[in-house]
Amino acid sequence: MDKWAFGLTMTIVGVGGTFLTLWVLSLVIDLLKKLFPLKDEKAE
Amino acid sequence: MTDSILTGLNGLSSGIVYLFTQGGPNVIMLAIAAALLYLGVKKNVEPLLLVPIGFGCLLVNIPLSDLMDQGGFLRTLYDSGIANELFPLLIFVGIGAMTDFAPLLENPRILLFGAAGQVGIFVTLLLALALGFSQLDAVAIAVIGACDGPTAIYVASQYAPQLLGPISVAAYSYMALVPIIQPPIMKALTTPAERVIRMKSLKRSVSPQTKLLFPIVVTLVTGLLAPKGLPLIGTIMLGNFMRECGVVARLTKASENEIANIVTLFLGLAIGGTMEGHAFLKPTTLAIFGLGFIAICMDTVAGVVFGKIVCWMTGGKVNPLIGAAGISAYPMAARVVQTQGLRYDKKNHLLMHAAGANTGGQIGSVVAAAVMLSVLKGMGLI
Repeated sequence: MDKWAFGLTMTIVGVGGTFLTLWVLSLVIDLLKKLFPLKDEKAE
Repeated sequence: MTDSILTGLNGLSSGIVYLFTQGGPNVIMLAIAAALLYLGVKKNVEPLLLVPIGFGCLLVNIPLSDLMDQGGFLRTLYDSGIANELFPLLIFVGIGAMTDFAPLLENPRILLFGAAGQVGIFVTLLLALALGFSQLDAVAIAVIGACDGPTAIYVASQYAPQLLGPISVAAYSYMALVPIIQPPIMKALTTPAERVIRMKSLKRSVSPQTKLLFPIVVTLVTGLLAPKGLPLIGTIMLGNFMRECGVVARLTKASENEIANIVTLFLGLAIGGTMEGHAFLKPTTLAIFGLGFIAICMDTVAGVVFGKIVCWMTGGKVNPLIGAAGISAYPMAARVVQTQGLRYDKKNHLLMHAAGANTGGQIGSVVAAAVMLSVLKGMGLI
């Protein structure tokens, strides 16, 4: 593979993959927070 | 008898003779070792790393030193923990044990700042390729932009071991210089009105169960998406899981104290051992330092620009300065944002938001490296 094709592939997939992975993680954290909400300490 | 005395004296003088005949690079490296020790001891620049690196550099550059030869002290450390990835990964367990991800969990979207803060890696990759570095060398150099020493060492030791010395020193030096490098870029890219935006304080909204499950979920998601980076993310999350589960306090304390301290010493000495003058003093070393600087500047630029975009999208609810904390230098970058925020508005405390972006940067740097390694694997290059 020519070096510019390599560089552009790494850049596009790398930036895209990093954003995608972290976005998925943020959704999963949201889900976790919904499944396990912080209970009101006074109510306990 | 006279001959044997002369031969003995010859043995005593061979180091000095070598120094004056072919030891020019060693002399320069001894001066660099002194500079590293000075920076660490007198200027408090990453002393935990620069002191052992500086001393390792001093040891290996004493003429005819055999410390990096097979069986030598520094070679043994190198083979035991760098050639096989062990030391950076043990450091990561300690980092995970020390890090509180609560500010990130309070506002999960802030993780995206951790992605923006890695853009410099990819800009640097293109620049390194343009300068003629091979594909794997360019990847290893680009990872300096992760602003994350252990990740840079991990990738360099595996895929560009001949560049490990300059990459490690550049990574740690620039991490220490974050408070100097970032503020002018932050000021240049933001308007006075943007710099004084006050953000809502974060409400406490994370349950202990969420904190406990977070490291497991991160390990699973990133491991499935970018399996080549699993050792990196897996060890950070192991440390964090031990911290949050609360039942292995001894292991957590050992990870963040004794193990991290011992490994830091060994790691620094072994890196210093790679800085032998004849191997280190090459034009590529200067190029690596230049590229590392560009990488960290571009990370900051991308983070702040991303902050401006989010500010615009949210109708001015986000201060773009927190984008600068999307790099991995933790907690230094978050402190820089807090300091800059207070500089323009003495009552504007951005620390918790910046800490969220900064812990996002820690995860982002590892994820970016993991993604790159997985893409390389997919291309059949590793």
